[in-house]
Amino acid sequence: MTAVTPRGAKPQKALSPRNIMLYGALIIFSMYYLLPLYVMMVTSLKDMAEIRVGNIFSPPVEVTFQPWVKAWSQACTGINCDGLSRGFWNSIRILIPSLIISVSVAALTGYVLACWRFKGSEVFFGILLMGAFIPYQVLLYPLVIILRELGLFGSLWGLVLVHTVFAMPINVLLFRNYFVALPEELFKAARVDGAGFWGIFFRIVIPMSLPIFVVSGIIQVTGIWNDFLFGVVYTRPENYPMTVQLNNIVNSVQGVKEYNVNMAATMLTGLVPLAVYFFSGRLFVRGIAAGAVKG
Amino acid sequence: MTNSISIKELKLAFGAVTVLENLNLDVGQGEFLVLLGSSGCGKSTLLNCIAGLLDITDGEIHIQGKNVTWEEPSKRGIGMVFQSYALYPQMTVEGNLAFGLKNARVPKAEIVQRIARAAEVLQIEPLLKRKPGALSGGQRQRVAIGRALVRDVDVFLFDEPLSNLDAKLRADLRVEIKRLHHKLKNTMIYVTHDQVEAMTLADRIAIMKGGQIMQLAPPAEIYNRPVNKYVAGFIGSPAMNLIPGQLDAGRQHFDTGRGMAHSVQGYDFSSAPVSGPVWLGLRPEHVQAGALAQSQPVQVDAYVDMVEPMGSDTQVWAKVGEQDVRFRMDGQAQVAIGDTIPIGFDPARLSLFDKKSEARL
Amino acid sequence: MSSARRARDGARPPIRLLRNLSSKLAAIPMVLVGLGVFVGGTIWTIVHSFTDSRLLPRLNWVGFDQYERLWNTRRWLVSIENLAVYGIVSLVLTMCLGFFLAALLDRKIRFEDTFRTIFLYPFALSFIVTGLAWQWILNPEFGIQSIIRGLGFPNFNFDPLYNPDLVIIGLLIAGLWQGTGLIMVIMLAGLRGIDEDIWKATRVDGIPVWKTYIVVIIPMMKPVFVTALVLVTSGIVKLYDLVVAMTSGGPGIASEVPAKYVYDTLFTRQNLGQGFAASTMMLVTVAIILIPWAYMQYREKRQ
Repeated sequence: MTAVTPRGAKPQKALSPRNIMLYGALIIFSMYYLLPLYVMMVTSLKDMAEIRVGNIFSPPVEVTFQPWVKAWSQACTGINCDGLSRGFWNSIRILIPSLIISVSVAALTGYVLACWRFKGSEVFFGILLMGAFIPYQVLLYPLVIILRELGLFGSLWGLVLVHTVFAMPINVLLFRNYFVALPEELFKAARVDGAGFWGIFFRIVIPMSLPIFVVSGIIQVTGIWNDFLFGVVYTRPENYPMTVQLNNIVNSVQGVKEYNVNMAATMLTGLVPLAVYFFSGRLFVRGIAAGAVKG
Repeated sequence: MTNSISIKELKLAFGAVTVLENLNLDVGQGEFLVLLGSSGCGKSTLLNCIAGLLDITDGEIHIQGKNVTWEEPSKRGIGMVFQSYALYPQMTVEGNLAFGLKNARVPKAEIVQRIARAAEVLQIEPLLKRKPGALSGGQRQRVAIGRALVRDVDVFLFDEPLSNLDAKLRADLRVEIKRLHHKLKNTMIYVTHDQVEAMTLADRIAIMKGGQIMQLAPPAEIYNRPVNKYVAGFIGSPAMNLIPGQLDAGRQHFDTGRGMAHSVQGYDFSSAPVSGPVWLGLRPEHVQAGALAQSQPVQVDAYVDMVEPMGSDTQVWAKVGEQDVRFRMDGQAQVAIGDTIPIGFDPARLSLFDKKSEARL
Repeated sequence: MSSARRARDGARPPIRLLRNLSSKLAAIPMVLVGLGVFVGGTIWTIVHSFTDSRLLPRLNWVGFDQYERLWNTRRWLVSIENLAVYGIVSLVLTMCLGFFLAALLDRKIRFEDTFRTIFLYPFALSFIVTGLAWQWILNPEFGIQSIIRGLGFPNFNFDPLYNPDLVIIGLLIAGLWQGTGLIMVIMLAGLRGIDEDIWKATRVDGIPVWKTYIVVIIPMMKPVFVTALVLVTSGIVKLYDLVVAMTSGGPGIASEVPAKYVYDTLFTRQNLGQGFAASTMMLVTVAIILIPWAYMQYREKRQ
């Protein structure tokens, strides 16, 4: 994602048939992509009476924030009725250590692979990359055993470890490719200047690599926050992350369905990655493109 | 201790690929040695071996009398200047200069002192607080030299330091490096592919090809007595004319085989001359054309093929019989395509190479 | 290298193992994860798929029994069929739609950033959020079906999440919504990588734009398409969260998928051997798709 200038033919005059078709298509597709967000939003601002009689696309006649309050602090999962806030804080407690550890480990490993290769390091890297393509289902149970042996099964730290493991292939690749592209002479100059493995990493490489840390961080924040499978498998109900709790709230079979609360809860869960997405903009695009194209 | 650097039987191989082999090189105290060659000849690789940035496969490297074959780069008593300057972008100029000293735990007061001294020598005092990104190419390279200077070492290693600069700056900095050497009298090893840099800076030039040193000699000797056809063709611009033919050792004649025979009487043979196929090397600037040709021992007629007036001189492409010969004339010379003019040369200034071994005769 | 070397005499070569010591220490996580988890875990699962493990893993060999049972289970067959249908349709549509959107954005349009942001934002959302949002829109009582009926078409029927024949369409609508943005971005990067002179040349030659795309641009973007293909495929095999959120595999078992079969077998039905056999089959599927690709990459690199 380096080239950013538009290509192709020159723009023609504003209302040419070509432009009408072009922008028409773009607007129709935009509606498809924006529809769910809009519907979620308006539904979450109506009360149930209005939902029952009305149309899901119509804006709320009377705006109410009650569903949001209820979703956050009162919605029930099983016997707990303290809302999504529990899942939110669990997700935060999972996210922060997972983010720090997974990015640090990946950066350090990428540094080894880029700057300090040793006999066999490329082989291990190849094995690691293969791991990116193994379906998670194959490794679910072996990881249960590993975590149980380590005494981490069911705990938040167990989940942190799982996130770190599965984040490694793509993030190591990302860091390695970035570090390889740093000028090699800089690395040589630092060695002549007497900096060693750690000195070069902390004093030279890290200060030059802020963008890739941000990119990797974005990948990790959205990935960890959006995870469902690992949350279900490796944590106990009291530690369930937000996605798992959301699914339990919305898809619970007991009680009357409160669609407005469900939609408020769904939006609440989506807020963190959406915020990351809107604030990071181009770096997000760069991250997924880099991660995806080279993966 | 006369040698500053001494390399013995150096071998470097990456797996099955041998890059340098049986390489021996002694560099005298305070000598300015230039490693010259086209890309891929192993000159930078050799420099990296000396710096300790590459682990060698076999052999020994001594610097200032100490065996440093397996020593860390920072402990070898060297400073190094790179083509891309390799300044740490996030540090100020001062930080760049101090980085190595801090790593070596030099006391703070001394760091300040050494930086001040280096900055004065290189006239970069006003730049100390700036970051490399805010400097011009020439300023950056000065800072890079400064980084080697503050280390207070006996040996400076330069890896194509001027290649990223434009022509004018390159000439300026070249002179500055020469001044610096004159003033500091450090041993310097300088890698370049630019023969002008090599000729102007070096006490001795080592011409490398395929991981081997072809010729190690002072610039004048390399220019006047190239040891083989490769060196002859590499040094000099425009390149030396190399004309194939037969040498008749008895009559001291060179015969191009088309009825053209030229005397080589006066040529300084390295050993007893032998008859056989040879290359005759004649530098364009050693050919005299027009009226000047008459003063030369050997004279022939040349048919002018192409004329390139350069202002200061005129370069002429001509045919002598079937052979292409390139030479220089005065900038004011009146010569046109299609002219036939006399040219002449002195056999003492020729170079003759054996056709097969390409070694100097 | 540094610490191990510093202590020694510079004249002597260092001990092989201690060379680069810090870097070798720093590589330990990679080695543990690569060998211990990825290779070790995969082998462990494959080995145990040949046992009759139920609640706990044990090495009581039963040969291919688990696989035989697996391929005789209706739920697994439905899962495989669903994945195949979902996979093929989603692959084709994602690629077409992704390329089409990228081509639209590449036409020097105004508000390019806005449109790109709109097309890509769903990718930031989890499958759970995606699934729940579309579950609501496709709700027959309140969603699209009821609205169109209200517009004067009382017989209009569109309730994919409650109709076993249509449920895959429901999943596809949501899956495409979430995933096309990514492919669009990759395709756009590919389009931007094409030399502008190519466009100039085709304009000089008078080739229409649509034909330029088909005849010139798409063939030039082959590596990008291959990458997108691999990416979409490996995503499809993992399909799980979306199904859980949207349909829980229903109605009945109409929208079951292999990943869900594995999870349910391992963790709710506690039939480990069976779950391992199913996950091994998933691995085999991925390998069948990826090995030719990896081989192609390798061959290209060697040339």
